[in-house]
Amino acid sequence: MKYRLGIDVGGTNTDAVILDENERVVAKCKEATTPDVSTGITGAVEKVLKISGVRPSEISNAMLGTTHATNAIVERRGLARVGLIRLSAPSGFGIPPYIEWPDDMVKTTGGLFRIVKGGYEYNGQPISIPDREEIKEALTELMKGGMESLAVSGVFSPVNDDQENLVREIAEELFGNDFPVTLSSEIGSIGLIERENAAVLNAAIRKLAEKAYGGFQDVLKQHGIHAELFITQNDGTLMSIEYAKKYPVLTIASGPTNSLRGAAFLSGLKEAIVVDVGGTTTDVGILTRGFPRESSSAVEIGGVRTNFRMPDLVSIGLGGGSLITAKEGNGSVSVGPESVGYRITREALVFGGTTITATDIAVAAGMANIGDPSRVKSLDRVLVQRSMDKIKAIIEEAIDRVKVSAKDLPVVAVGGGSILIPEDIRGASVVIKPEHYEVANAIGASIAQVSGSIDGVYDITTRGREAVIEQVKNEAKEEAVKAGADESSVEVVELEEIPLAYLPSNAVRFKVKAVGDLKSK
Amino acid sequence: MRYIEEQDVEYIAIGAAVLGAGGGGDPYIGKLMAKQAIRRHGRVPLLSVDEIDDSSLVIPSAMMGAPAVMVEKLPNGKEPETAFRTLEKYLGKKADAVLPIEAGGINSCIPIYTAATLGLPLIDADGMGRAFPELPMVTFSIAGIPSTPMVVCDEKGNKLVLETINNAWSETLARTATIAMGLSSMISIYCMNGKELKNYAVRGTISLALEMGRRITESSRSNINPVDSILEISGGFRLFEGKIVDVKRDLTTGFVRGTVSIEGTDSDSGSSFRIDFQNENLIASKNGRPVAITPDLITVLDREKGFPITTEALKYGQRVIVIGMPCDPFWRTEAGIRQVGPRYFKYDIDYKPIEELVKENL
Repeated sequence: MKYRLGIDVGGTNTDAVILDENERVVAKCKEATTPDVSTGITGAVEKVLKISGVRPSEISNAMLGTTHATNAIVERRGLARVGLIRLSAPSGFGIPPYIEWPDDMVKTTGGLFRIVKGGYEYNGQPISIPDREEIKEALTELMKGGMESLAVSGVFSPVNDDQENLVREIAEELFGNDFPVTLSSEIGSIGLIERENAAVLNAAIRKLAEKAYGGFQDVLKQHGIHAELFITQNDGTLMSIEYAKKYPVLTIASGPTNSLRGAAFLSGLKEAIVVDVGGTTTDVGILTRGFPRESSSAVEIGGVRTNFRMPDLVSIGLGGGSLITAKEGNGSVSVGPESVGYRITREALVFGGTTITATDIAVAAGMANIGDPSRVKSLDRVLVQRSMDKIKAIIEEAIDRVKVSAKDLPVVAVGGGSILIPEDIRGASVVIKPEHYEVANAIGASIAQVSGSIDGVYDITTRGREAVIEQVKNEAKEEAVKAGADESSVEVVELEEIPLAYLPSNAVRFKVKAVGDLKSK
Repeated sequence: MRYIEEQDVEYIAIGAAVLGAGGGGDPYIGKLMAKQAIRRHGRVPLLSVDEIDDSSLVIPSAMMGAPAVMVEKLPNGKEPETAFRTLEKYLGKKADAVLPIEAGGINSCIPIYTAATLGLPLIDADGMGRAFPELPMVTFSIAGIPSTPMVVCDEKGNKLVLETINNAWSETLARTATIAMGLSSMISIYCMNGKELKNYAVRGTISLALEMGRRITESSRSNINPVDSILEISGGFRLFEGKIVDVKRDLTTGFVRGTVSIEGTDSDSGSSFRIDFQNENLIASKNGRPVAITPDLITVLDREKGFPITTEALKYGQRVIVIGMPCDPFWRTEAGIRQVGPRYFKYDIDYKPIEELVKENL
C-alpha cells in the first residue's frame, strides 16, 4: 500500500494527516506550531506515523502547506538584500522600481536596481535589444552594493522570457550557478509593477525558504520517509519542493486555499460555501467547480502590491474563543471580535477558567461535548439562547455576503471552532460537518493537484481566434505535465480572454490554467 | 487659486474612476507618475477657468493607448514634456497652462504630471467631464475647435506632428501611430486660447474628482457608506443596488463590448438591472426600461466601500450600487448627442436626460 502525508503549518497548530491510495483518512493529529517550524513538524510527523502504524517507507508523497514565507515578509524577518534588473529601457524610467513600497521594506531589502535595455512590445517585437556588456556592468554594480539575491523583470516577459533568461545566464557566468536568481516571468502575470514586486519579494525570501523547506526534507529523511515532496501554492495546487525553494512567494495564500480545497474533498461537493471557524476568526469562502473563487483586487503583502490572486474570503471576528458579553440594560449580547485565542484551554469555563466564550455557549446549548460540560450548566438560559441567535446571525450575514445568487447552497463547516455552527442556517440548503473537519487544511494539502498556467497577449488576426485558443490550452496543459501532472487527467479549468481595449488591433490577452492529478511515482 | 498636493492625487485618481463611468483606464499608472512629479517638483497650482486670460495659450496633455499595455510598458517619463514642448515649438508660442482633456480615468492624472514637470499651472476643467474612447469626443470638437496641430510621441523619442483636415482624421492617424508605437503614446492636442476654454470647457471637474475621492476615502475609513455624499456633489441618482449575476463580454471586436446583469437586493429586491458597456458604461436599464443613457454617466460602485469598479474589473458576485449622473449640458445638444449619444454606439434607442428617466421610473 502507498500512502500520502499531508501537513499544514498554521499560526497555532501544525496538523498532519495520512491518506491511503483510495484517499481515505488513515490517521490525523494536531501539534502546537513552534517558532522554528521544524520542531512542530517533527512532533506531528512522529505522532501521525505512530497513530497510523504506517511504515515510513510506504509513504510515497508528502505535501506541506505553510505560510512561513508570508510571515517573514510581513515581519521583515530574515530577508535578503536584493538587486533588481529591469529590462525596459527606454521605457520604464517614468515609474522606477520600489514605488510606493513601505520605507522599512526598501531599507530591509536594499532598494538596489538598474533599468537596462530590453523588454518587448505587446506583439513580441523587442522595445530595444539587450546589451550583454550593459547587463554585466549593471550586475557588477549591484554586487558592489551588497546584493545577496537577484531579481529580474522585463516588459511583457510572461509572453517571452528569453531576455530574462539571458540575464540569468550572465549572472551565472559572473557569480556561479548557485547564486539565487528570480525571474519575474516565472511568478506573475501581466502588470509589470506587481510582477516585479513579487519577484523582489521572492528574491528576498529565497534563502529563508530554502532553509525551512530543507528542514522539512531533513525531518522526513530522519524518519525514513523517502517520499516525493511537494509544497502547496496559492491556487491550491502543488509544486515540487525544489521549485518551491526557488519560488517560495507562490505559497503566500496557500493557507485558506488548502482549507477550502479540503472542505471540497471531505464533503464531496464542488459548489458550496465553506465556513472555516478558528479560535478567533472565521473565514467564509465559496467553491466553484471545486476551487475557491478568487478575489479580483490587487493583493498587498507586507505593504507591497502584487498581482497574486487570493481566495475571495469574508473574514469575521467569530471563533471558538470569542468573548460573550451581555450588555447592561436591554439584555442584548455581543459575540467577539475579542477572543481568548490560544488561551482557550485555560480561560474558557469548560476548561476550568472564568471567561464565557463562544465554545462554552455551544456546550451549554448541547451542540458540543468539550471539556467539562457541568461547568456551564448554571449559565443563564436566556444568555445562551441570545448568544446562539447572535452567532447564527453573524454567520448568516457572512454567508450572504459571499454568495453569488439568492439560491440556497450547501454549507460545509470545517476548522476546530465549527462546533459553533447551527444545523439550520438561512441561505444554506444543508449544513454539512464532514468527518475530519478539524484537519481540513492538512487534507487540502494532501489531495492537492498539479497545475500549469499561461498568461500572454496573442495576435488573433493571422491564425484566427479558435487556433490561438487551441494553442494556449495546449501550452497550459504542457506546463501542468511539466509540473508533474498525469497527462491523462489534465484539463483546462480556467480560460480568460481579455481584448486590449481602445484599439481595434485584435490583440487579445489569454489567461489559461490547466490542472491534473499528481502522477504517482 | 488652490494647489494639488501629493495626497490630493490619490483622491483625484479615485474620483476620476467615478467620472470614468466604467472606462478611461485604471488611473493607477498616472497616479504614480503624478505623485512622483509633485514630490520632485512641488505642488501644482490649480486654476479655475476664470483665472485664465482670454489671450492665454492652453495645451492639453493626455495618454493614448490600451490600458492592458500601459500596465506593462511603463512610460519613459519624458514623453508628456516632449509632446508639449514640440507643440509649443510648432506654434511658436509658449503655453500658460496645462489642460486635462478627459477627467475620467488615467488622463485625469497625466496632466498633473505634465504640469508639475513643466512648472505650469493646471486648469480645473476638461473636455468631457467623464471618459470617452475617441479623440473627437470632446466638447471642443463639437464647438469646432480643430484637434490639430497635435503631437504624438512615444517612449523611444519618436514624435509626430499632425495637421489634419478634420478631427475624425486625427483619431484615425493618431491611433494608427499609437498602434505602431506599441499601443501606447502621449499626446498634446486641441490647443486653444483662454476665451475658447471659457466657452467650451467642462468646468471644475478636477476639483470635483478630488472631492469625490476625498469623500470616498474618508467614508471608508470610518465605515460610512459614501454614496449619498457623492450623489450630493454630482447631482446624481442612486439607480440600483444588487449583486452582479452575469458579465458578458463580446470578444469579436477590438473594443470591449458587453453587458452586466445585476440582481436586486435590499430595496431593489425582486428587480433586475442591466448595463450595456463599450469600454464605458453606456446604457442602464431597470426591469427592461432604460434609466440612464450615454452621454449621462453610469458608474458602478462597490457596495461596502463605495470605490468605483471599471468595466474591465466587473465580476460575477460583486455587491454593487449603480449611480447615474447628468452629463455636461454641452453633450445634450444635437451635435453632442450625434457624437456620443446611444446611436453613435449602435444602440437603437433615443437619448433622454437621466432626470426625466428617473422620474418616469419612480
